[in-house]
Amino acid sequence: MTDTDTAEIGMGVTVTKTGETGAFGGELLTINFGPHHPSTHGVLRLIVDLDGEQVKRLKPVIGYLHTGIEKQMEALRWQQGVTVTDRHDYLSPPINNLAYALAVEKLMGVDVPPRANALRVIMSELTRLSSHLVWMGTSGLELGAMSMLMYCFRERDTILDMNEEISGYRMHTSYIRPGGVMADATPRFLDLLEKFIVAMPGHVDEYEDLLTMNPIWRSRTIGIGRLSAEDAKVLGASGPMLRGSGVAWDLRKQMPYSGYEGYEFEVATSDMCDCYGRYLVRIKEMRESVKILRQALDRLPDGPVNVDDRKMLPPPREELETSMEAVIHHFKLFTEGYSVPPGDVYVAVESGRGENGCYVVSDGTHKPRRVKFRAASFVNLQPLERMAMNHMVADMVAIIGTADTVLGDVDR
Amino acid sequence: MGLEALAESMGQNILTTSLGKLIGWGRGNSVWPAQFGLACCAIEMIATATAGVDIARFGSEAFRASPRQSDLMIVSGRVSQKMAPILRTIYDQMPEPKWVISMGACASTGGVFNNYALLQGVDKIVPVDVYIPGCPPRPEDLLNALMILQERIKAQGITPRQ
Repeated sequence: MTDTDTAEIGMGVTVTKTGETGAFGGELLTINFGPHHPSTHGVLRLIVDLDGEQVKRLKPVIGYLHTGIEKQMEALRWQQGVTVTDRHDYLSPPINNLAYALAVEKLMGVDVPPRANALRVIMSELTRLSSHLVWMGTSGLELGAMSMLMYCFRERDTILDMNEEISGYRMHTSYIRPGGVMADATPRFLDLLEKFIVAMPGHVDEYEDLLTMNPIWRSRTIGIGRLSAEDAKVLGASGPMLRGSGVAWDLRKQMPYSGYEGYEFEVATSDMCDCYGRYLVRIKEMRESVKILRQALDRLPDGPVNVDDRKMLPPPREELETSMEAVIHHFKLFTEGYSVPPGDVYVAVESGRGENGCYVVSDGTHKPRRVKFRAASFVNLQPLERMAMNHMVADMVAIIGTADTVLGDVDR
Repeated sequence: MGLEALAESMGQNILTTSLGKLIGWGRGNSVWPAQFGLACCAIEMIATATAGVDIARFGSEAFRASPRQSDLMIVSGRVSQKMAPILRTIYDQMPEPKWVISMGACASTGGVFNNYALLQGVDKIVPVDVYIPGCPPRPEDLLNALMILQERIKAQGITPRQ
């Protein structure tokens, strides 16, 4: 090999081999990690330069799950777009719905009724819990704690049962829509929620029993993947990645939406700045989410769950029998949809992974001109190299795990 | 020793069958899927392996990290144009006999995404045995597909798939 030659390592990716010598006297070795690899959290591909077993350079290659979601939304009417937002960050569908719904509502100047806001908060927090549960289960599995997967998915399934009760769908609920929510909560949903809120703190204790003082878990995560607060801010990290570095930044507190200012909860932070710190942040967040759910359920206001606007949402079924106006509105909504005043708006909400933003441009027609998502997972990939530097390959798995990237969110 | 004498010496503890049925029975009850998740459906695929649904009852809990050790590819999620050649490579690396389950609407037809980025159905690049509708399908749907596949494998017997 010459000193600088470039090697094509498939799929149009070229790596420059510099012929550098590592500390162990050997040449740096470029390896390919993914996209089909059991511990890369989906189809993430990394090109890693190794000196012995130490990571010296790391470059994520993305796009293996590129779905064209943003482009697809330009071809869908405003109310149809909701179904597609479910599918970009597929571990937190209602939170994606919420970002989109808030953006559309802001453009239209619509305020949803208080009950809708409370239901939105309930769904957001349930989603945050299920997202953290999937994270903990899979990360535990990757670091050898297989029972975590079984415990976490047990509780996740109760959350999905609630999703199904309220929206008829386990994962992609499309429950939160511009103008309100899909349907009111059923008595059974509130019943299940009550039971869940009572049981969940005990389950979180269970997870902590299994992991927090577990010597293997601690040795695999403490001091691994350090990310200082400055680096985290400069590289745009958000969510548990940022709070795990000691920065108390949570959009639910800093820029409240959907009535989050009315709930009492703490922003979970940790000064450990490593994988263990991010784990502690997520555990704390799960406890705080249960607190918010408790308050939301106790104070759930009565009233409608949708705005009373026939130009935006279809009339109730029974009106169609008696009112010609209602039939016309129904027909117009389902043939051409509603139009949104021209303009552009950016709305961000806090998902389980960080700032989940939605930028919407309207040209006044029945379809969006442009929809752009600010995906937390995508930005949280940036600090990956900084965190993995000089660590072993095996620690890289822990680092990718605690970054909690969802590839659907990265590639969209 | 004749067969009758053998049967007598073993008491009632003997069964006779054809080799094809025996192999089909063995293969059908130990279908090992490749550990290969793509998108949303992969999460439901993981859920199928956990205690609530428990795919282990059907002998398929051994998700193998290497395609060389697996019999079944569960295409769990949308396949982008960029991922398609990799998926085909993984399929090619699996030893015969092998089967494919196309899990969910995206893998089967492209689902709600009829656009430039996605492969409109994974059957364009690999032969699919069972399609599962749903976006994503419930874990029970995946189990049902597995049971349909098991019936098919048992019927195939010793002959490899054409």
